[in-house]
Amino acid sequence: MLTVSIVMQIYLPIAEVSVNAFLLLGLGGMVGILSGMFGVGGGFLMTPLLFFIGIPPAVAVATEANQIVASSFSGVLAHFKRKTVDLKMGCVLLVGGLIGAALGVVVFNYLKSQGQVDLLVRLCYVVFLGIIGSLMFIESLNAIRKSRKNTGPVKRKKHNWIHGLPFKMRFRVSGLYISVIPPVIVGVCVGILAAIMGVGGGFIMVPAMIYLLGMPTKVVVGTSLFQIIFVTGFTTLLHATTNYTVDIALAVLLLVGGVIGAQIGTRIGTRLKAEQLRILLALMVILVCAKLALDLLLQPTELYSLGAAGGH
Amino acid sequence: MWRSLLLFLTLAASPLSAEEVVLGLSQDKVAITATFDGSEILIFGAVKREVPIPSNPPLEVVITVSGPSEPVTVRRKERKFGIWINTDTVEVDAAPTFYAVATSAPFNDAISNVEDQRHKVSIPKAIRSVGAPMTITDSQSFSEAIIRIRKSQGLYQLLENAVQVDEQTLFRTSLKMPANLAEGDYPARIFLTRGGDVISQYQTVINVDKVGLERWLYDMSRQKPLLYGLMSLAIAIAAGWGASAAFRLIRQG
Repeated sequence: MLTVSIVMQIYLPIAEVSVNAFLLLGLGGMVGILSGMFGVGGGFLMTPLLFFIGIPPAVAVATEANQIVASSFSGVLAHFKRKTVDLKMGCVLLVGGLIGAALGVVVFNYLKSQGQVDLLVRLCYVVFLGIIGSLMFIESLNAIRKSRKNTGPVKRKKHNWIHGLPFKMRFRVSGLYISVIPPVIVGVCVGILAAIMGVGGGFIMVPAMIYLLGMPTKVVVGTSLFQIIFVTGFTTLLHATTNYTVDIALAVLLLVGGVIGAQIGTRIGTRLKAEQLRILLALMVILVCAKLALDLLLQPTELYSLGAAGGH
Repeated sequence: MWRSLLLFLTLAASPLSAEEVVLGLSQDKVAITATFDGSEILIFGAVKREVPIPSNPPLEVVITVSGPSEPVTVRRKERKFGIWINTDTVEVDAAPTFYAVATSAPFNDAISNVEDQRHKVSIPKAIRSVGAPMTITDSQSFSEAIIRIRKSQGLYQLLENAVQVDEQTLFRTSLKMPANLAEGDYPARIFLTRGGDVISQYQTVINVDKVGLERWLYDMSRQKPLLYGLMSLAIAIAAGWGASAAFRLIRQG
């Protein structure tokens, strides 16, 4: 770590590029703060940022999975201490997540053979981030307005179709008695997205847990981090053994910044109100979505791109 | 060591031309270490001759250094349904990952078109492309794209008037190799020309290799990928837990 802070440029052995060590530490720290605050892995932000500083996309995606494991791990430990992890719900989500990640790799390879995987990944980002960002933004604006008017507590637990499903299970930490089918399906979807988009999937899972499963916001963050650790760990191993694209030097630099950032973020998160937390996350998601959409809509300065033959 | 000896022997055995190259390199190995940030190589030499210096035309020197050649997929974007999508694809059979040409005069004065064609000296000649699909009529623009993109990354360099020649005998130039170098053997060629014709040529090899920790990590990721993946995870988790524990200690202490 000492040598890292002295030496500015560092050569990454797998990515085969030379980058500024402080830049990587800074990126890791920034994304780590978000990870701790919102319970998102931050991959949806970090992966495009790594493309931007010249890391090959395949390496960025695989290494990002590895880095998310670390930043989530320190985050989840902080949440365990405050008893804000629903282990039972986490395990149910995890079962779905592992199935989804395996499915996602199959889907990814199919898209690769069709030759348009880059575009489809970007479109996935724009569509998912757009929908979720705007939904969260509107919802949290309404929540803030209601709490300002002080018209009594917001009623969250509504009875809907979810409560009619079989295989009910009691999740005491979340205060829920619901069917295991919706959480497993949420897990599968997140796993698929994790494998295809190279993200932890927190930005999908957190809203799904709040709005679909009706879990309390405070528990949602820790529980999603718990699931993310195992799904991204699984994804890391898949990438390391099939594509050889996990760059441990890159991961270590990102996570040194990331673990520190996550600790700071977790503390900021406990001080902010749930509504404020959500509106901040919504704004972040909309911002990244807008940037990705612009990249697709505006004419790029270089129309041509190079890839390894038969590449990704 | 014995490679240079071999080169020397083959050179000695070949029929002597009037003027020959005696070459020196500041280094014949580029070691990619953890702090590798590109490299500058000094290439210098002298012209050995048994006869007096021919008066006309003047001696020019052309030096090329090329990285390992690899096939490249070039994709072109087009606007479809309002968004920019990769539409046309051309597979270029072989393009060097690095290519630098340094000359002692403007390129066209230093070497003639015919000799360029024969020895594949200029950057476009170094790229080999045959099989563009029938649907693509402008396959040339795809090769040009490779050159444009790699030039902007410092991987392709055309350095005119960059070789200094003194008294038609001593020459030297320096090449900057960027940090994003591929590993492998980098053949360096030196051409002596008069009036655009190559009168003598010499070839040597610069070796670009990862060393130390970089070498070890790279080899492990290819040879024991599962172990490498598990190690990556273990290091990540240890760091995550370690930082968390450190913060807890700071808070308590």
